[in-house]
Amino acid sequence: MLNYIIRRLVSLVPVVIGVSILAFSLMHLVPGDPARSILGEKATETQLEMLREELNLNDPLIVQYGNFMGKIATGDLGESIKSKESVAAEIGGRLPATIELTLFAMTIAVVVGVLAGVIAAVKQYSWFDNLSMSGALFGVSMPIFWLGLMMIWLFSVELNWLPPSGRLSNDIELTTVTNLYLLDSILTLNGEAFVDALKHLLMPGLALATIPMAIIARMTRSSMLEVMKQDYIRTANAKGLAGRLVVFQHALKNASLPVLTVIGLQFGFLLGGAVLTETIFSWPGVGRYVVDAILSRDYPVVQSTILIIAVIFVLVNLITDILYTLFDPRIKLD
Amino acid sequence: MEDLAAEAKADQMDSALKQKKNSSLWLDSLSRVVKSKTSLIGLIIISLLIIIAAFAPQIATHSPTDQSIINRYQAPSAEHWLGTDELGRDIFSRLVHGSRITIQIGVITVGISMIVGVFLGAVAGYFGRWVDQIIMRLIDIMMAFPSILLAIALVAVLGKSLTNAMIAVGIVGVPHFARIVRSTVLSVKETEYIEASRVIGAKNGRILFSHVLPNCLAPIIVQATLTIGTAILDAAGLSFLGLGAQPPLPEWGAMLSDGRSALQTAPWVVMFPGFAILLVVLGFNLLGDGLRDALDPRLKQ
Repeated sequence: MLNYIIRRLVSLVPVVIGVSILAFSLMHLVPGDPARSILGEKATETQLEMLREELNLNDPLIVQYGNFMGKIATGDLGESIKSKESVAAEIGGRLPATIELTLFAMTIAVVVGVLAGVIAAVKQYSWFDNLSMSGALFGVSMPIFWLGLMMIWLFSVELNWLPPSGRLSNDIELTTVTNLYLLDSILTLNGEAFVDALKHLLMPGLALATIPMAIIARMTRSSMLEVMKQDYIRTANAKGLAGRLVVFQHALKNASLPVLTVIGLQFGFLLGGAVLTETIFSWPGVGRYVVDAILSRDYPVVQSTILIIAVIFVLVNLITDILYTLFDPRIKLD
Repeated sequence: MEDLAAEAKADQMDSALKQKKNSSLWLDSLSRVVKSKTSLIGLIIISLLIIIAAFAPQIATHSPTDQSIINRYQAPSAEHWLGTDELGRDIFSRLVHGSRITIQIGVITVGISMIVGVFLGAVAGYFGRWVDQIIMRLIDIMMAFPSILLAIALVAVLGKSLTNAMIAVGIVGVPHFARIVRSTVLSVKETEYIEASRVIGAKNGRILFSHVLPNCLAPIIVQATLTIGTAILDAAGLSFLGLGAQPPLPEWGAMLSDGRSALQTAPWVVMFPGFAILLVVLGFNLLGDGLRDALDPRLKQ
């Protein structure tokens, strides 16, 4: 097992190098002078030259890339051109918000998606099956930025039930431990903050969960239908096991592999979806940070953030692969 | 001369056989698509979209770009069926004209993904070894990014415009096609008729493009239909972020973005363009699902 993990980690090295080259090249692929595109048309030649010096744009490309990677290896992600803040500190401060949002969304997507998929498969062609699968079809076709705005309109503007943006109301005090506010409020037994944080999470979480939820529900249903046809399920039913036991112990366990694949893939989608969701709900996470950086052509920020997101994505895929073996001992790792 | 004649004959037989097989396969599939209720709904939605786009000037009740400040943010009425936006433009007419842009986005982005992806996948699968290694490692790198993020980064490099957004979304879709085509090519190239055409002296290019690829058509078509939906969503997302279509283009994602600031007073400015996107993407997904079932021989009864 350990061998396998190490081997897979080693095989990630070329991918990560490729990703870093791509992230690094972004600034250099811009047509024309990167310094000019950062500072705009009105910048003087002296200003341009100063920025070129600051970003080491006069060095040969290979030297620049070496510097970029050398810094990253020591945890220095550079600093923003606009705010002069360290990118590592900015990302560190924002990552918990994105992690909380994606984990919350994934929890909703998995719980609702798997449950709906199982029930739809067990009661195939029932009203629940038809309703949930039609819902899932709408779900996979959903522009989530639109769904988010419609939620804000309905629940914040019209009904005034939920806050339209941010992570916590201003008047709520919360001692932060992990910076995952929901978790922190539980750890510090702060009921008021828990309710407030949950209210803030609900809409962005639901919007972000929509597409993965729909995909997981469809995958669970078809995978369950496949398994339920097997002989051993008939045997289990025939020998009088309770229906629920058969479904959850026997069938779901064996139907979970394709579902797991989809869940792993959807994590990547969540990281991307967070970009849109965070923009709509003014969620102070990494997604919004990278969009702002791209819009303001803050290339050092863009390079590092994109690299980090890609590495997280690749690692999540690796974890999915490893989890396979826990669910299906038939898979050999060699 | 003899082997040339033999090749010609083999080719003739091959294409005759293919013709026969194809026509029944396609007809068969088409009838199954039409028989399935869901894919028929998809087909109807897409046909409607095409009709609306084709007759946009006739269907639209107003000009899509005419501004009228006194008429700004009017609620839906008999005069303005879906209301007006912040510049007093008729939303219904803008949606109708925007359908042309939506079709354009779908066709061009998927066209880019398909052409590049099929070529890379076919070459990687057919030639194998180091060619395969290089191409597939590149694909791995592209797949290491969440797709919308990669598209955003590409637009950042290329500059904000609808054309660049389409190019970016098109590039992002390349890996899916490359992977599907590669795996199909890998299995097809081991079949006997490929071996036979190699024996009679057909060149690599000919084998690949006239014998191997036609047999990958079904998965390519299914993937294309399903990708159009995602491509429209991604392109609309880019326009929503201000990276795609620029004003005054009546692109649906951009229209939706324009309405954000007036969500409290004029929700219809956001509501209708988003609903249009949902409906069209739903149409392509329904059709794609139906095509996949229809073209998958394993599901044949």
